[in-house]
Amino acid sequence: MIDTKDKNSGTFAVFKAALQKTVPVMFGYVPLGIAFGFLLTQSGYFWLYAVLMSIIIYSGATQFIAIGLFMNHAPMIEIAVTTLLLNLRHSFFGLSLIRKFSDIPRVKPYLIFALTDETYALLTVTEEPRPQSRAQYYLFISLLNHLYWVVGTLAGALLGKVVKTDLKGMDFALTALFVVLAIEQCKQSRSLKPFLIGAVTGIICLAFVPSQYMLLVAILSGTVILLLLRNKR
Amino acid sequence: MLYSHMLTAIFLIALIILFTRLLPFLFFRGRNPPEILNYLERNIPPLIMLLLVLYCLKDVHWASAPYGSPELGAVAVVIMMHLWRNNALLSIVSGTTAYMLIVKALTST
Repeated sequence: MIDTKDKNSGTFAVFKAALQKTVPVMFGYVPLGIAFGFLLTQSGYFWLYAVLMSIIIYSGATQFIAIGLFMNHAPMIEIAVTTLLLNLRHSFFGLSLIRKFSDIPRVKPYLIFALTDETYALLTVTEEPRPQSRAQYYLFISLLNHLYWVVGTLAGALLGKVVKTDLKGMDFALTALFVVLAIEQCKQSRSLKPFLIGAVTGIICLAFVPSQYMLLVAILSGTVILLLLRNKR
Repeated sequence: MLYSHMLTAIFLIALIILFTRLLPFLFFRGRNPPEILNYLERNIPPLIMLLLVLYCLKDVHWASAPYGSPELGAVAVVIMMHLWRNNALLSIVSGTTAYMLIVKALTST
Protein backbone atom coordinates (compact mmCIF):
# COMPACT_ATOMS: atom_id res chain seq x y z
CA MET A 1 0.00 0.00 0.00
CA ILE A 2 2.63 2.45 1.04
CA ASP A 3 4.64 1.57 -2.04
CA THR A 4 1.84 2.41 -4.50
CA LYS A 5 1.00 5.62 -2.72
CA ASP A 6 4.58 6.66 -2.77
CA LYS A 7 4.83 5.83 -6.45
CA ASN A 8 1.74 7.86 -7.29
CA SER A 9 2.85 10.94 -5.46
CA GLY A 10 6.20 10.53 -7.20
CA THR A 11 4.47 10.48 -10.58
CA PHE A 12 2.51 13.56 -9.64
CA ALA A 13 5.63 15.39 -8.58
CA VAL A 14 7.30 14.53 -11.88
CA PHE A 15 4.21 15.71 -13.75
CA LYS A 16 4.22 18.96 -11.84
CA ALA A 17 7.87 19.55 -12.63
CA ALA A 18 7.23 18.87 -16.32
CA LEU A 19 4.20 21.17 -16.30
CA GLN A 20 6.24 24.03 -14.86
CA LYS A 21 9.01 23.49 -17.38
CA THR A 22 6.61 23.53 -20.33
CA VAL A 23 4.66 26.69 -19.45
CA PRO A 24 6.76 28.90 -21.77
CA VAL A 25 6.16 26.43 -24.61
CA MET A 26 2.44 26.60 -23.89
CA PHE A 27 2.52 30.38 -24.43
CA GLY A 28 4.16 29.76 -27.77
CA TYR A 29 2.23 26.74 -29.00
CA VAL A 30 -1.33 27.67 -28.07
CA PRO A 31 -1.49 30.98 -29.99
CA LEU A 32 0.42 29.54 -32.93
CA GLY A 33 -1.88 26.50 -32.95
CA ILE A 34 -4.89 28.82 -32.92
CA ALA A 35 -3.44 30.73 -35.88
CA PHE A 36 -2.86 27.50 -37.80
CA GLY A 37 -6.31 26.05 -37.11
CA PHE A 38 -7.97 29.34 -37.97
CA LEU A 39 -6.07 29.81 -41.22
CA LEU A 40 -6.72 26.26 -42.47
CA THR A 41 -10.47 26.35 -41.81
CA GLN A 42 -10.71 29.88 -43.21
CA SER A 43 -9.08 28.54 -46.36
CA GLY A 44 -12.15 26.35 -46.71
CA TYR A 45 -11.00 23.05 -45.26
CA PHE A 46 -12.84 20.75 -42.88
CA TRP A 47 -11.86 21.74 -39.33
CA LEU A 48 -10.95 18.16 -38.34
CA TYR A 49 -8.15 18.19 -40.94
CA ALA A 50 -6.43 20.91 -38.91
CA VAL A 51 -6.63 18.80 -35.76
CA LEU A 52 -5.50 15.66 -37.60
CA MET A 53 -2.49 17.52 -38.96
CA SER A 54 -1.51 18.79 -35.55
CA ILE A 55 -1.76 15.30 -34.09
CA ILE A 56 0.13 13.33 -36.71
CA ILE A 57 2.41 15.92 -38.36
CA TYR A 58 3.11 18.07 -35.30
CA SER A 59 5.50 20.52 -36.91
CA GLY A 60 4.48 24.17 -36.91
CA ALA A 61 6.49 25.53 -39.83
CA THR A 62 5.67 22.50 -41.97
CA GLN A 63 1.96 22.81 -41.30
CA PHE A 64 1.87 26.48 -42.27
CA ILE A 65 3.86 25.74 -45.39
CA ALA A 66 1.41 22.91 -46.16
CA ILE A 67 -1.46 25.42 -46.20
CA GLY A 68 0.44 27.42 -48.81
CA LEU A 69 1.11 24.29 -50.84
CA PHE A 70 -2.53 23.14 -50.66
CA MET A 71 -3.78 26.56 -51.72
CA ASN A 72 -1.43 26.52 -54.70
CA HIS A 73 -2.43 22.97 -55.67
CA ALA A 74 1.14 21.84 -55.39
CA PRO A 75 1.89 18.40 -56.85
CA MET A 76 2.54 15.62 -54.35
CA ILE A 77 6.24 15.38 -55.23
CA GLU A 78 6.70 19.08 -54.45
CA ILE A 79 5.03 18.62 -51.08
CA ALA A 80 7.27 15.64 -50.34
CA VAL A 81 10.58 17.27 -51.31
CA THR A 82 9.82 20.54 -49.52
CA THR A 83 8.83 18.71 -46.35
CA LEU A 84 11.86 16.44 -46.43
CA LEU A 85 14.48 19.12 -47.01
CA LEU A 86 12.96 21.60 -44.63
CA ASN A 87 12.93 19.10 -41.80
CA LEU A 88 16.39 17.65 -42.16
CA ARG A 89 17.21 19.55 -38.99
CA HIS A 90 15.14 17.07 -37.01
CA SER A 91 17.73 14.45 -37.84
CA PHE A 92 20.35 16.57 -36.16
CA PHE A 93 18.30 16.97 -33.02
CA GLY A 94 18.04 13.23 -32.75
CA LEU A 95 21.77 12.79 -33.01
CA SER A 96 22.46 14.40 -29.68
CA LEU A 97 19.67 12.42 -28.04
CA ILE A 98 20.65 8.92 -29.13
CA ARG A 99 22.45 8.28 -25.88
CA LYS A 100 19.91 10.09 -23.69
CA PHE A 101 17.13 7.91 -25.09
CA SER A 102 19.01 4.61 -25.19
CA ASP A 103 18.02 3.37 -21.73
CA ILE A 104 14.32 4.32 -21.86
CA PRO A 105 13.01 1.97 -24.58
CA ARG A 106 9.36 2.08 -23.55
CA VAL A 107 8.81 5.78 -24.12
CA LYS A 108 11.46 6.20 -26.83
CA PRO A 109 9.19 5.71 -29.89
CA TYR A 110 6.85 8.48 -28.77
CA LEU A 111 9.70 10.78 -27.76
CA ILE A 112 11.20 10.42 -31.24
CA PHE A 113 7.84 11.03 -32.93
CA ALA A 114 7.15 14.14 -30.85
CA LEU A 115 10.57 15.74 -31.16
CA THR A 116 9.96 19.38 -32.07
CA ASP A 117 12.39 22.29 -31.83
CA GLU A 118 10.95 23.39 -28.49
CA THR A 119 10.75 19.91 -26.98
CA TYR A 120 14.34 19.30 -28.04
CA ALA A 121 15.37 22.48 -26.28
CA LEU A 122 13.63 21.45 -23.06
CA LEU A 123 14.96 17.89 -23.13
CA THR A 124 18.54 18.95 -23.67
CA VAL A 125 18.81 21.82 -21.23
CA THR A 126 16.75 20.68 -18.27
CA GLU A 127 17.87 18.84 -15.20
CA GLU A 128 15.75 15.81 -14.48
CA PRO A 129 14.20 15.70 -11.00
CA ARG A 130 15.39 12.15 -10.23
CA PRO A 131 17.35 9.73 -12.39
CA GLN A 132 14.87 6.90 -11.97
CA SER A 133 11.97 9.05 -13.20
CA ARG A 134 13.73 10.34 -16.28
CA ALA A 135 11.54 8.34 -18.71
CA GLN A 136 8.40 9.71 -17.09
CA TYR A 137 9.70 13.25 -17.03
CA TYR A 138 10.66 13.21 -20.72
CA LEU A 139 7.32 11.63 -21.60
CA PHE A 140 5.33 14.29 -19.72
CA ILE A 141 7.29 17.13 -21.31
CA SER A 142 6.72 15.71 -24.80
CA LEU A 143 3.05 14.92 -24.17
CA LEU A 144 2.26 18.32 -22.66
CA ASN A 145 3.85 20.19 -25.56
CA HIS A 146 1.98 18.03 -28.05
CA LEU A 147 -1.22 18.68 -26.13
CA TYR A 148 -0.72 22.49 -26.18
CA TRP A 149 -0.29 22.37 -29.94
CA VAL A 150 -3.38 20.21 -30.54
CA VAL A 151 -5.58 22.18 -28.13
CA GLY A 152 -4.54 25.47 -29.72
CA THR A 153 -5.27 24.06 -33.16
CA LEU A 154 -8.68 22.79 -32.09
CA ALA A 155 -9.61 26.18 -30.66
CA GLY A 156 -8.45 27.96 -33.81
CA ALA A 157 -10.18 25.49 -36.11
CA LEU A 158 -13.51 25.84 -34.32
CA LEU A 159 -13.12 29.61 -34.28
CA GLY A 160 -12.39 29.56 -38.00
CA LYS A 161 -15.48 27.47 -38.58
CA VAL A 162 -17.78 29.83 -36.68
CA VAL A 163 -16.36 33.19 -37.67
CA LYS A 164 -17.29 34.22 -41.18
CA THR A 165 -14.75 36.62 -42.49
CA ASP A 166 -14.51 37.67 -46.07
CA LEU A 167 -11.36 39.63 -45.79
CA LYS A 168 -9.83 39.73 -49.21
CA GLY A 169 -6.10 39.52 -48.86
CA MET A 170 -5.93 37.64 -45.59
CA ASP A 171 -3.95 34.91 -47.34
CA PHE A 172 -1.10 37.40 -47.45
CA ALA A 173 -0.51 36.35 -43.83
CA LEU A 174 1.31 33.28 -45.17
CA THR A 175 3.63 35.38 -47.33
CA ALA A 176 4.27 37.59 -44.30
CA LEU A 177 5.03 34.52 -42.18
CA PHE A 178 7.63 33.32 -44.68
CA VAL A 179 9.20 36.77 -44.83
CA VAL A 180 9.50 36.73 -41.03
CA LEU A 181 10.98 33.22 -41.05
CA ALA A 182 13.44 34.23 -43.77
CA ILE A 183 14.58 37.21 -41.67
CA GLU A 184 14.98 34.93 -38.65
CA GLN A 185 17.05 32.51 -40.75
CA CYS A 186 19.12 35.44 -42.00
CA LYS A 187 19.94 36.51 -38.44
CA GLN A 188 21.05 33.00 -37.50
CA SER A 189 22.91 32.12 -40.65
CA ARG A 190 26.55 33.07 -40.81
CA SER A 191 26.65 33.49 -44.57
CA LEU A 192 24.53 35.20 -47.18
CA LYS A 193 25.23 32.41 -49.67
CA PRO A 194 21.93 30.50 -49.30
CA PHE A 195 19.95 33.72 -49.65
CA LEU A 196 21.80 34.83 -52.77
CA ILE A 197 21.38 31.39 -54.33
CA GLY A 198 17.72 31.40 -53.32
CA ALA A 199 17.09 34.82 -54.83
CA VAL A 200 18.79 34.01 -58.13
CA THR A 201 17.32 30.52 -58.66
CA GLY A 202 13.94 31.65 -57.36
CA ILE A 203 13.63 34.58 -59.76
CA ILE A 204 14.89 32.54 -62.72
CA CYS A 205 12.45 29.72 -61.93
CA LEU A 206 9.63 32.20 -61.41
CA ALA A 207 10.25 33.50 -64.92
CA PHE A 208 10.88 30.26 -66.81
CA VAL A 209 9.36 27.27 -64.97
CA PRO A 210 5.60 26.55 -65.06
CA SER A 211 4.31 27.88 -61.75
CA GLN A 212 3.07 24.46 -60.67
CA TYR A 213 6.64 23.14 -60.53
CA MET A 214 8.40 26.37 -59.68
CA LEU A 215 9.10 25.52 -56.05
CA LEU A 216 10.34 22.00 -56.70
CA VAL A 217 12.68 23.00 -59.52
CA ALA A 218 13.96 25.99 -57.53
CA ILE A 219 14.63 23.92 -54.39
CA LEU A 220 16.40 21.16 -56.29
CA SER A 221 18.53 23.47 -58.42
CA GLY A 222 19.27 25.66 -55.41
CA THR A 223 20.45 22.60 -53.49
CA VAL A 224 22.67 21.49 -56.37
CA ILE A 225 24.21 24.97 -56.57
CA LEU A 226 24.74 24.94 -52.79
CA LEU A 227 26.64 21.66 -53.16
CA LEU A 228 28.71 22.96 -56.06
CA LEU A 229 29.66 26.04 -54.07
CA ARG A 230 30.31 24.06 -50.95
CA ASN A 231 33.88 25.24 -50.51
CA LYS A 232 33.17 28.85 -51.31
CA ARG A 233 32.12 31.31 -48.69
CA MET B 1 -11.23 25.05 -55.61
CA LEU B 2 -9.95 23.02 -52.70
CA TYR B 3 -7.00 20.71 -52.79
CA SER B 4 -8.36 17.31 -53.72
CA HIS B 5 -5.75 14.97 -52.27
CA MET B 6 -5.78 16.53 -48.85
CA LEU B 7 -5.86 13.36 -46.79
CA THR B 8 -3.16 11.64 -48.85
CA ALA B 9 -0.99 14.75 -48.59
CA ILE B 10 -1.45 14.95 -44.81
CA PHE B 11 -0.36 11.35 -44.31
CA LEU B 12 2.53 11.78 -46.74
CA ILE B 13 3.79 14.82 -44.80
CA ALA B 14 3.37 12.98 -41.49
CA LEU B 15 5.40 10.03 -42.77
CA ILE B 16 8.21 12.22 -44.08
CA ILE B 17 8.41 14.18 -40.84
CA LEU B 18 8.53 10.94 -38.88
CA PHE B 19 11.31 9.74 -41.18
CA THR B 20 13.40 12.87 -40.52
CA ARG B 21 12.94 12.38 -36.79
CA LEU B 22 13.79 8.67 -36.95
CA LEU B 23 16.78 8.97 -39.27
CA PRO B 24 19.57 9.43 -36.72
CA PHE B 25 18.24 6.62 -34.55
CA LEU B 26 18.21 4.30 -37.57
CA PHE B 27 21.47 5.17 -39.28
CA PHE B 28 23.79 7.21 -37.14
CA ARG B 29 23.84 5.15 -34.00
CA GLY B 30 26.97 6.26 -32.25
CA ARG B 31 28.70 7.87 -35.20
CA ASN B 32 28.57 11.31 -36.67
CA PRO B 33 26.73 12.02 -39.91
CA PRO B 34 28.77 12.96 -42.96
CA GLU B 35 29.90 16.58 -43.04
CA ILE B 36 27.93 17.15 -46.24
CA LEU B 37 24.62 16.58 -44.41
CA ASN B 38 25.73 19.05 -41.80
CA TYR B 39 26.40 21.61 -44.52
CA LEU B 40 22.99 21.05 -46.12
CA GLU B 41 21.21 21.21 -42.80
CA ARG B 42 22.72 24.63 -42.14
CA ASN B 43 22.10 26.10 -45.56
CA ILE B 44 18.88 24.62 -46.90
CA PRO B 45 16.38 26.22 -44.47
CA PRO B 46 17.35 29.81 -45.38
CA LEU B 47 17.30 28.84 -49.06
CA ILE B 48 13.81 27.35 -48.79
CA MET B 49 12.40 30.23 -46.75
CA LEU B 50 13.42 32.71 -49.42
CA LEU B 51 12.02 30.46 -52.16
CA LEU B 52 8.74 30.17 -50.27
CA VAL B 53 8.42 33.95 -50.23
CA LEU B 54 8.94 34.02 -54.00
CA TYR B 55 6.58 31.05 -54.41
CA CYS B 56 3.82 32.98 -52.64
CA LEU B 57 4.35 35.80 -55.12
CA LYS B 58 4.24 33.58 -58.20
CA ASP B 59 0.75 34.65 -59.30
CA VAL B 60 1.48 38.37 -59.14
CA HIS B 61 1.18 40.13 -62.51
CA TRP B 62 4.33 42.21 -62.58
CA ALA B 63 3.81 43.55 -66.09
CA SER B 64 0.38 45.13 -65.62
CA ALA B 65 -1.07 47.64 -63.15
CA PRO B 66 -0.63 47.77 -60.20
CA TYR B 67 2.69 46.05 -61.02
CA GLY B 68 2.78 44.02 -57.83
CA SER B 69 2.84 47.15 -55.68
CA PRO B 70 0.48 45.79 -52.96
CA GLU B 71 2.69 42.74 -52.50
CA LEU B 72 5.98 44.64 -52.56
CA GLY B 73 4.62 47.36 -50.28
CA ALA B 74 3.30 44.86 -47.76
CA VAL B 75 6.51 42.79 -47.83
CA ALA B 76 8.42 46.01 -47.10
CA VAL B 77 6.11 46.69 -44.13
CA VAL B 78 6.74 43.18 -42.77
CA ILE B 79 10.52 43.56 -43.10
CA MET B 80 10.58 46.98 -41.45
CA MET B 81 8.24 45.96 -38.62
CA HIS B 82 10.24 42.83 -37.97
CA LEU B 83 13.60 44.58 -37.90
CA TRP B 84 12.14 47.29 -35.71
CA ARG B 85 10.09 45.36 -33.12
CA ASN B 86 11.24 41.77 -33.69
CA ASN B 87 7.78 40.44 -32.86
CA ALA B 88 6.64 37.81 -35.38
CA LEU B 89 2.92 38.16 -34.75
CA LEU B 90 3.04 41.94 -34.92
CA SER B 91 5.01 41.84 -38.18
CA ILE B 92 2.57 39.41 -39.80
CA VAL B 93 -0.56 41.24 -38.66
CA SER B 94 0.69 44.68 -39.72
CA GLY B 95 1.93 43.38 -43.08
CA THR B 96 -1.37 41.64 -43.80
CA THR B 97 -3.36 44.69 -42.74
CA ALA B 98 -1.20 46.88 -44.98
CA TYR B 99 -1.80 44.50 -47.87
CA MET B 100 -5.56 44.51 -47.39
CA LEU B 101 -5.63 48.31 -47.13
CA ILE B 102 -3.53 48.79 -50.26
CA VAL B 103 -5.68 46.35 -52.28
CA LYS B 104 -8.82 48.07 -51.04
CA ALA B 105 -7.51 51.53 -51.85
CA LEU B 106 -6.48 50.45 -55.35
CA THR B 107 -9.80 48.78 -56.18
CA SER B 108 -11.95 51.62 -54.89
CA THR B 109 -10.30 54.28 -57.04
